[in-house]
Amino acid sequence: MSDAFLQIQDLKTWFPVERGIFFRKQVGVVKAVDGVSLELKKGEILGLVGESGCGKSTLGRSVLQLIPATEGRVFLEGTELTALRGEALRKKRSDFQMIFQDPYASLNPRMTVYDTLAEALLTHRDVPKSDLAGKVGELMERCGLAARFMRKYPHEFSGGQRQRIAIARALAVEPKLIIAYEPVSALDVSIQAQIINLLEDLCRDMGLTLIFISHDLSVVKHISNRIAVMYLGKLVELGDAVEVMERPLHAYTQALLSAVPSPDPKTEKTRKRIVLKGDPPSPMNPPAGCAFAHRSWREFPEETLDQPGKWKEVTPGHWVEVHPATVENYAELSALG
Amino acid sequence: MSLLEVSDLRTAFHTREGTVRAVNGVSFSIEKGQTLGIVGESGSGKSVTCYSMLDLIPKPPGKIEQGEALFDGQDLLKLSRRELNEVRGKRISMIFQDPMTSLNPYLRIQDQLIEPLLIHENISKAKAIQLGVQALDDVGVPDPERRIRQYPHEFSGGMRQRVMIAMALITEPELLIADEPTTALDVTVQAQVIELIKEMQRKHGTAVILITHDLGVVAGYCDRVNVMYAGEIVESGSTEQVFYQSKHAYTIGLKESIPGNQTKEQRLKTIEGKPPDMSRPYSGCAFAPRSPLKHSPEQAAEPGVLKEIEPGHWVEIHPATVENYQQYLT
Repeated sequence: MSDAFLQIQDLKTWFPVERGIFFRKQVGVVKAVDGVSLELKKGEILGLVGESGCGKSTLGRSVLQLIPATEGRVFLEGTELTALRGEALRKKRSDFQMIFQDPYASLNPRMTVYDTLAEALLTHRDVPKSDLAGKVGELMERCGLAARFMRKYPHEFSGGQRQRIAIARALAVEPKLIIAYEPVSALDVSIQAQIINLLEDLCRDMGLTLIFISHDLSVVKHISNRIAVMYLGKLVELGDAVEVMERPLHAYTQALLSAVPSPDPKTEKTRKRIVLKGDPPSPMNPPAGCAFAHRSWREFPEETLDQPGKWKEVTPGHWVEVHPATVENYAELSALG
Repeated sequence: MSLLEVSDLRTAFHTREGTVRAVNGVSFSIEKGQTLGIVGESGSGKSVTCYSMLDLIPKPPGKIEQGEALFDGQDLLKLSRRELNEVRGKRISMIFQDPMTSLNPYLRIQDQLIEPLLIHENISKAKAIQLGVQALDDVGVPDPERRIRQYPHEFSGGMRQRVMIAMALITEPELLIADEPTTALDVTVQAQVIELIKEMQRKHGTAVILITHDLGVVAGYCDRVNVMYAGEIVESGSTEQVFYQSKHAYTIGLKESIPGNQTKEQRLKTIEGKPPDMSRPYSGCAFAPRSPLKHSPEQAAEPGVLKEIEPGHWVEIHPATVENYQQYLT
């Protein structure tokens, strides 16, 4: 057993596809997450990026046991989450929490801030009734909300403030791991920065481990220690945030990065964009071999199309899927260990 | 003469909670073939400005209280419904943010795509479908003969947005208004869609108004930029002027709050506070409560003035919006 805080071992989450009204039969399977292995240290912030449909949110939900994994195991501080059931799992749930994308949809409109936060406290923490208001106020202050607003309803708050409430709710149970799913993409630019700063402060002060799922690469680069890039249910690149963003190896990561518009007219008007062909393939019948090869902009020998890529650590801590269609110096990298 | 010249446009919504002055005296113009970006936060009035010109706001509660919008010499705000229908969908067309909700799920792509042609051009249906196939081909939808007979749910988000673009451009409009055309899309698809609009623009000489909150998209694509805050244009100029010589504290704040502009170790700079509640009446400078610049309460109660500080570069001058504001007032 390694000493990793969170350990994901070859996790697979497949959804059956059924047809028919009376006689339902399974006609296929969507491999939303198809063999992901990851290890996180305590206090680490991992950015998880990829296009819509790549399985990044299913991965997050499977780790949190919100969707049962088909195969593979998840360990949190040595406890196997995938083996827990019923009451044991419910007890463990206070160790990991999720923050959702849309603060308009993830808060109950009929509950005041106090109700929302007190419910979380009463469910998972033994807080005496007399201390509740004080504890709720403390949580709100920690997330940058004035405690005097605790009797207000979600609609009385702006989007940024609602996201603060959602963060406060996640923190109420004193979790060790938080998965934030696109927590800032529904917010205005000027508010985004406030929420990112808040998340960074909380992680540092409380020693939280955070998986930050987003398609916004500039946000991910800023907040993360490491970045994992996902394509069609698999990781294709993983490494130190700056390393992955500034020296990406995989053709897909390079294409993603080149598509991010930079807020600078001069660089923007002169630089070259890598435009990928078509849409990502359907996860129901992914192409044989390397999933990205069909969209790759690199030149590679036709006959390698069906050959699967190999997950390799090419420099210490920097992993990449090695295939003639994905990396530039295939011969050199495939010869490594 | 400019293709479109909007002056002192004011649109208000009279709701039970009070009057919302969504657009509060907006003036701008756009030339043939030019690309104008309108940026601002949600609720800043960027969409309502464009919707007002095409009479797309719900009335009531909405009301265009003042202003004119001269399109090719014709005031759009004074046209009758019939006259306006001659213009919109033909000479001015629109792309909306969400391709999921702006296509009718019950109709085949072909029926929706060729509708503008059947209404505005005197051609047969067969000919229109032929043009529709051509239009889909132009925007890069593979296998257009087959795809045109499919329904919207059979298309991915990026493909639907391509259909929307094909539909907007099928009548070869002189002005295209694109309201957050890429916000719902992945970055890779966003790049494809922007490239596509650019190419169509080169081909037909279409002028484009791009409404967005993404400064990155604006930087690479627009000739001129209007920055809107609380229903007013607070800064406007060429893209270079607005990005490199930004004067308004709000524009500067927007630029600085983008993570990519800062090194990793720094905390992100933010604009304090939140956008104003537009249903509350205010007097004076709307940005003053969030401004990092020193100003007195008396000054905050005074409105700012829009001034041309260098050729083509307009900024709202106010103690709370511009550093050393006095130098611009002479």
